Amino acid sequence: MKSLILHTATRLMIGILILFSLFLFFRGHDEPGGGFIGGLVGAGAFTLYAIAFGTDLTRKVLRVDPITLIALGLASLVVSGVIPLITADPFLTGKWLFLEWGNSDIKLSTPLLFDIGVYLCVVGFIVTVIFSLEEEN
Amino acid sequence: MNGFLVFPIIIPLIVATLALLFRKSSVMQRWIGVTGMVILLASVIVLFRDVYVDGIQVLQLGDWDAPFGITLVGDMLSMLMLGISAVMGLIIAVYSLYDIDKERERFGYYPLLHILLMGVNGSFLTGDIFNLYVWFEVMLIASFILLALGNSKNQLQGALKYVIINLFSSLLFLFGVALLYGMTGTLNMADLAQRLPEVENVGLVTTVSMIFLVSFGIKAAIFPLFFWLPASYHTPPVAISAIFGGLLTKVGVYALIRVFTLLFTQDIGYTHTILMWVAGFTMVIGVLGAASHYEFRKILSFHIVSQIGYMIMGLAFNTALGLMGAIFYVLHNILAKSNLFLISGIAQRLLGTFELKQMGGLYKHYPFLAVLFMISAFALAGFPPLSGFWAKLTVVKAGLAVEAYVLTATAILVGLLTLFSMMKIWLTAFWGTVPEKGVPEHFGKIALFGAGNLYIMVVPVMAVAGLILLVGLYAQPLLEVCLIAAEQLLNPSVYIEAVLGPQ
Repeated sequence: MKSLILHTATRLMIGILILFSLFLFFRGHDEPGGGFIGGLVGAGAFTLYAIAFGTDLTRKVLRVDPITLIALGLASLVVSGVIPLITADPFLTGKWLFLEWGNSDIKLSTPLLFDIGVYLCVVGFIVTVIFSLEEEN
Repeated sequence: MNGFLVFPIIIPLIVATLALLFRKSSVMQRWIGVTGMVILLASVIVLFRDVYVDGIQVLQLGDWDAPFGITLVGDMLSMLMLGISAVMGLIIAVYSLYDIDKERERFGYYPLLHILLMGVNGSFLTGDIFNLYVWFEVMLIASFILLALGNSKNQLQGALKYVIINLFSSLLFLFGVALLYGMTGTLNMADLAQRLPEVENVGLVTTVSMIFLVSFGIKAAIFPLFFWLPASYHTPPVAISAIFGGLLTKVGVYALIRVFTLLFTQDIGYTHTILMWVAGFTMVIGVLGAASHYEFRKILSFHIVSQIGYMIMGLAFNTALGLMGAIFYVLHNILAKSNLFLISGIAQRLLGTFELKQMGGLYKHYPFLAVLFMISAFALAGFPPLSGFWAKLTVVKAGLAVEAYVLTATAILVGLLTLFSMMKIWLTAFWGTVPEKGVPEHFGKIALFGAGNLYIMVVPVMAVAGLILLVGLYAQPLLEVCLIAAEQLLNPSVYIEAVLGPQ
C-alpha cells in the first residue's frame, strides 16, 4: 500500500511491536502473557509490515519461510516433551535448571522451550495465512 | 507407569515435523513418510506385548497424577485399534507413493497424513474425556485439509458438508463434556466412571449419554446421521478415501464403545435399546443405499454405513460375546473396506473412471486384480473362511444368546444384500465386456507388475488381502485377544484401578 503515513509509522512500530511481543512472551513465565499472546503480537508486527511494504519485502525481513517457523516450533515442542524421558520421567514433565548470573536468577526450563515452540507456531501460522491471502491477488 | 504409551502419539508428530522441514524435497518426504509409519508400527507392537503380558498400561503425562493431569491408558481395545491404525497407516503411505500427485505432496500431504494418525492414535489412548475432544479436533482439522486438498469443485462441495456436520458434532460433544463436568467435577474417564453412578439425577446422565450418542454417531455415520458420509468420501484421491473410509468412522465407533461400556451403564435398558434400533436401521438403510448406486466409491461409502450397524449391534448387546464381535468386526472391516477402496483406485487407473456403467473387462485382462477384489468383497459380505465370516458369526451368535431374533435376522439378511451389491461391481467391472468407447489406450496393455510402477499400488493391496486371508484362516488368536478386550470393557473396575490406583 502506498501511503507515506503507513510506511513511516510501520518503520517506527515494527521494532516496538516485536519488543512488546518478546516482553509479553517472557512475562508469561510467572504472570499473564506467554507464547500464544506474544506470538500473536509478533505476527501482528509482520502483518503490518506486509500490508505496508508487500509480501516480498516481508519475506526478506523474516529471513525464513513462515512454514519453516511452524516446523521449528513443532520441533521445539517435541524436544521440550522428550527431554524428561532421559531421566525416565513421563512425557512433558517440567524440568528446571536454575542459574545465577550476577544478582539475578535465571530459570531455564522445558516449559520455556515449550512456550518458544508455541510462539514460533503462532507467528508461523498467522504469517502463512496472511501471505497466502495477500499473494492470491 | 509405561513411558512407551506416548510413542504412538509423538512418533507421527516428529515425522510430520521432519516432513514439514524437508517439504521442498519430494524424495525426502516419501522416505520420511513411509519410514515413520514403520517405526510407528514397531512401537505399537512393543506396546501390544506389554498390555498382553501385564494388563492395562497407564501413563500420567507431565507427572501430574490422575484425576488432575491427563492420563494415557492402553487397554486391549486401545491396543487393537492402535495396531490396525498403524498397519493401515503404513499401507496407505506406500499406496500414496503412486496415487498422490506432486501438487498435493507440495502442499503437505505427508505431514497431514501423520498428523491425522496422531489424532487417531491420541483418541485411542487418552483416558480423559476432554482430551478425547482435543484429539478429535486434531484428527478433524487434518482430515478437513486432506479432503479439500486439490481444490476441485466436487471436492470442495464434499468437504463443505463434511466440515459443517463435523463441527456441529464437535459442538455437541463439548456440550456433553461440559454437562458431565458440571455433574461430577471431573474429566478423567476412570474418575467419571466412579462418580457417575453416585449422581442422583439419573435422567440427566441419560440425557448426556444421548448427546454423546448423537455426537459420536455423526462421526461414526450411524442412522439417521450418516448422510454426510456418502456425500463426501468419494471426492478425494483414493488413498485418502481409503484411510477415511477405513479408519475415521471407526474412531467414532471406538468412542461409542468406550463411553457406553465405561461411563453410561446406569440405564442400560434405555440406552442400549436405542443402540439396537439404531444398529438395525443403520445396517438396512446403508445397504439399500449401496444397492441403488452405480459409482464404485459411492457403493463402498454406503457400505461403510451399513457395516457400522453390525458394530453398534455388538455393542448394544453389552455381553462379552457381543463386544468381542463388535471389536473383531471393526478390525475386519477396516481391512476389507480400505482394501476395496484401494482396489477401486487401481481399477480407475486402468479404466479411467469410477462409474460402473463405463467399466468392464477387468477379469479378462487383469485376473489377479479380480482375485484380490474377490477376497476383499467376499470378506465384506461374510463368506467363510474369510475374516468377515467370523466377524458376522460372532455378532450373530451374540444376538441369538440374548434372544434378539429380529435384529439378528436383519443382520443376516443385510449380509445377503451386501453380497448383492458386491456382485453388482463384480458383474459389471470385472466380468462385463470392455466398454466400446471411453477406455484409455493403455487398458489391457500395461501389466500390474510391469513398467509404469503400478505395482506400488498393487503390493499394499496384496498385503491387506493376505491379512484378510490370515485373519480368516487363523482367526482363533485374534478372537481370543478380542475377548480379552471385551472382558476388560465389561469390568471397568480394572480400568479404574489401573488409572487411579488401588481403591
